[in-house]
This record gives sequence, structure tokens and C-alpha cells, in this order.
Amino acid sequence: MALSRDQIAQRVAQELQDGYYVNLGIGIPTLVANFVPKDIEVMLQSENGLLGMGVFPTEDAVDADLINAGKQTVTMATGASIFDSAESFAMIRGGHVDLTVLGAFEVDVNGNIASYMIPGKLIKGMGGAMDLVAGADNIIVTMTHASKHGESKLLSNCTLPLTGKGCIKKVLTDLAFIEIKAGKFHLLERAPGVSVGEIIKLTQGELVVEGDIPEMQFS
Amino acid sequence: MSGFDKVVHSYEEAMSGLTDNMTIIAGGFGLCGIPENLISEIQRKGTRGLTLVSNNCGVDDFGLGLLLPNRQIKKIIASYVGENAEFERQMMSGELNVELTPQGTLAEKIRAGGAGIPAFYTATGVGTLVAEGKDERQFKGRDYILEESITGDFAIVKAWKADRYGNLVFRKTARNFNPLAATAGKITVVEVEEIVEPGQLDPDEIHTPGIYVNRLIQSSFEKRIEQRTTRLSGE
Repeated sequence: MALSRDQIAQRVAQELQDGYYVNLGIGIPTLVANFVPKDIEVMLQSENGLLGMGVFPTEDAVDADLINAGKQTVTMATGASIFDSAESFAMIRGGHVDLTVLGAFEVDVNGNIASYMIPGKLIKGMGGAMDLVAGADNIIVTMTHASKHGESKLLSNCTLPLTGKGCIKKVLTDLAFIEIKAGKFHLLERAPGVSVGEIIKLTQGELVVEGDIPEMQFS
Repeated sequence: MSGFDKVVHSYEEAMSGLTDNMTIIAGGFGLCGIPENLISEIQRKGTRGLTLVSNNCGVDDFGLGLLLPNRQIKKIIASYVGENAEFERQMMSGELNVELTPQGTLAEKIRAGGAGIPAFYTATGVGTLVAEGKDERQFKGRDYILEESITGDFAIVKAWKADRYGNLVFRKTARNFNPLAATAGKITVVEVEEIVEPGQLDPDEIHTPGIYVNRLIQSSFEKRIEQRTTRLSGE
């Protein structure tokens, strides 16, 4: 079975470590916050200028001056700090964020990522995504493995305008956890009940499968 | 009267000197911390051919979106746009020139502009459409592109509190691009919720020193929320 959005977030959350500063993109990455293991602490960075993003506010605590990068009303966690946008991207560009999780339309075997533009259809802009992929060393891309029509999103060459070049090393899809190195995809784990054959079929770029591929574990 | 007193008493006075084809840098992220009354004054004034530098372009009936129906904006430099239908129409038809710029690069362009730095190298955008036509150079084995800084004829800023000398304090994430914009306008106009006397703000608490501020006006704000997300108490 392909992973649900929540399960993708849950698997990403297993990569979190105590004391991590983490930037979560819009969509599935945002859900990762719901699955932070109880015994660790992470601090969420929101690139509009908040380190230590808290949960959504109760109705009576809604504050128009306190939003996240998705423009949603939020709260501040204990120990939070506020700063301007230049400072926020100094953190990001300077490599101070421990983990970045973001979505994508396509990734390819060379670690290229396309996530912000579909010419003629979707031209809303890159927001902070180009800075995030250029600045972070540890990035996990979350996406569905293939389109609804069965077209692979893991390619030998991205077809859409790039968000970043050669910057992606880990991809978690609804079917597989994949590492990118030396110009190839490497299969690390598969979703429970999904066969290696199904993953190979839906991966257009070269995929290396070495030995037995374990299923993802969910507690 | 003091030469340092920046307070003006009307929006007409606040935006006087703004003429067609000028460049305006605006603070705000989404609808959070936008100089909403200064934008309305530009709409009222009817100034045209403007170049706007702002992370976003508001929504159809609020924020910078208000300057679209009368085609007051010629060009916008932004990182994320298209939360409004009229914007998309003008962009697709070519009436509006849109220069998409990565958010961190945009912030740094404005910061550098205000700090007298003409350009800087960044890895953001290398190998993408953003890099087209820009100088590339390697430092320590990594590729970077040269990005030029931005200054404006005007900067329009929303702060929370100020003293009469234009020392500014921002509130929560309404800070965003505002302190950067404040440094980069030939004329920087700030609207605030409260103005106090000099000496009443703790110097250690001031986010933007008054040296950057030319005009200051007190007003009230709608502070519209774009995505109202809540949880039930106890959740």
C-alpha cells in the first residue's frame, strides 16, 4: 500500500534528532510537526521570521501579527525568537538549519529539483524554496512517486524549471525512501506491502537496488 | 519643534512627492505587517507606472492588490505572487512585468541597498532561470551568482510603535521585510499604531533607529488575516 500523507510525514519525523532546527515546507512537510517523537525537542523555523513556531492558536488567541510562511495564524513555542527576513535567510543560506523538508514536482538522478513553476499553468513564484535548497545540506524531499496517470516524478532529467541544481540527496515518496548519489537513485526502503518491482516500474531515472530492501517501520 | 521630529499629520503629506514611474519598496509578508493605509493613499493618489518591490502583491481587494485595477503598477519584483485573479490576468497578458526573485535574495537585495552595498554573490538560484544573464563565479569550489541590490525612491513601512524621532519597534512576525525596507528608501515613510515621546522607548529594544525614517504617521489598521487557522482549546 502506498503511504498516506500522514505516513509520509511520520517516516520523515523518524529522521529528526533532539536539538534540531528544522524548516518545514508547505503541504505534507507541515504535517511532520504532528509526529515529532515525544522524547526529543526540535525547533521549527518559519522563513518569514520566526524560530520556534508553535501550534495553531485557539480562536481567542488568533493574532494577525503572528503567522507562518504559509500565511497561517500560529503561536510561538517556549524559547521562540523573531527576526527580520534578511536574518531569517542568513540562517538558511548560512547553513544553520539542521534539516529542511519540502515538496517537489520532480527530482532527478543528479539531485536537481523542480518545485515552483509549471510554464503556462502555475507561475506563482519560488518564495523561499530556492534559498532553502541552496543553503541546506540536509534536505528531504517529500512527494508522490508518480502522477495520477502513472508518470514517474523521479527522472533522469527534470523537465520543469529547476528550483535548485545538484542539491537533493534524499527523497521520500509514498512508495519508497531513496538516496541520490553519484548520478543514480538508490533504493533504501519501501512502503509496507509495496514490491521492489512496483518501485522500479514507477522510477524513470536509473535506480540501484542492492540486496534485500527493508520495509519502512511505523510504531 | 525638533529637527528630528518625523511626525506628519495626513496621509497626503506622508506620500507627497510620489510621482509616476517611481520605485517603491514595501514591507510586509502576505498581508501581515503591510503598510495598508499608505497603500490606500497611493491608490487614492492614482500614481502610475510604479515599480513595486515587495515579497507579495496582496489579494484582490486588500494590500498591493488595490493598485492593480487602475494599472498603477508597471513592474513588480516579488518572490511569491498570484494570490489574486487580476494579478494573474495582467501577468499573463503582459500588462504587468513580474520579476520573480527568491525570497532570501530579495531580502538581501534590499538590505544591501540600504547598507550601500551594490551587489553580492549568492548560491541561491545557481543553475535555474534566476541565474540567466548574471555573472557567475566560484568561491572555494562552489558556484555563485552576482545579484544587484535594490533601493527605492520611496519605502513604505508598517511598524508597531515609534517615538517622534522615528525609532521603530515591530511586533511579532509583522516585522518581516519592514526593517529592511526602512533602510532602502530615499524617502522612508512609516505608519504605526502608537507614537510615544522620545525617551519612552528603551534604546535596547529599538529594532530600527530613526536615522532611516523620514516621515511617521499614526493610524489604525484592519490587519486582515489570509489563512485563519485555529485549534480547539485542549487540542
